[in-house]
Amino acid sequence: MDPVFKALADASRRRLLDALHAQPGLTLGALTDGLDMSRQAVSQHLAVLEAADLVTTVRRGREKLHYLNPVPIHAVQTRWIAKFEQPRLDALAALKTRLEGGET
Amino acid sequence: MTKPQFVYVTYILTTPEKVWAALTDAELTRQYWVHSNVSDWKVGSPWSHQRPDGTADVVGEVLETDPPRRLVTSWSRPSTADDPTQRSRVTYEIEQTGEKVRLTVSHTELTEEDLRNISRGWPAVLSNLKTLLETGKTIPDIFAAMPCQEKAEA
Repeated sequence: MDPVFKALADASRRRLLDALHAQPGLTLGALTDGLDMSRQAVSQHLAVLEAADLVTTVRRGREKLHYLNPVPIHAVQTRWIAKFEQPRLDALAALKTRLEGGET
Repeated sequence: MTKPQFVYVTYILTTPEKVWAALTDAELTRQYWVHSNVSDWKVGSPWSHQRPDGTADVVGEVLETDPPRRLVTSWSRPSTADDPTQRSRVTYEIEQTGEKVRLTVSHTELTEEDLRNISRGWPAVLSNLKTLLETGKTIPDIFAAMPCQEKAEA
């Protein structure tokens, strides 16, 4: 699970995961266009995410499509979060979102 | 080839044959998926995803089968089984990579509503499948913690 935590411990990589969650199947070029990052930086971050199995790719002709793979995050959730009383954590997260008026 | 809407990957310390059995055996699927996958798994045969009471909440057809490597099925709700626009497609690919098996599940041609439900469901199913094959146990109440498809319909 170490690679998953390391991969998630970076704001740029979390933004890439958000982008792939919003729009599955983006190419490197399309991902780069939507973010304020160089193509090289996006490529390097994607490599880390792929190594952690958080991003998986599908080849379609000459294109390489990127997908968020939520399975390792789910494993983290069941191992590290669910047992610490999910409903109360959900309530706290909802409260924080409402009070701060933005994204968590 | 249609662009997949979801691609899920998990690595399981087991054999391709056991993953194949876990996807196609009614009793094994019930253990980690709560529902049972029932079919003779021949191309053109029907398959159904049955609740414990024997009623189906997903029905479809076996489109491709290459045990223990590749299985493609169509998915419909029983109420719209005759409507091709309400039909989605699930591809399971099973590959040996070293001592682990890479299981890839691609879900394509989903409608918007199904997208939301399915995206919640698959990670739990795959986590539980991995746990079952690696430890012989499943995670109790794994589906209770999340608003899964069955609950959304209830």
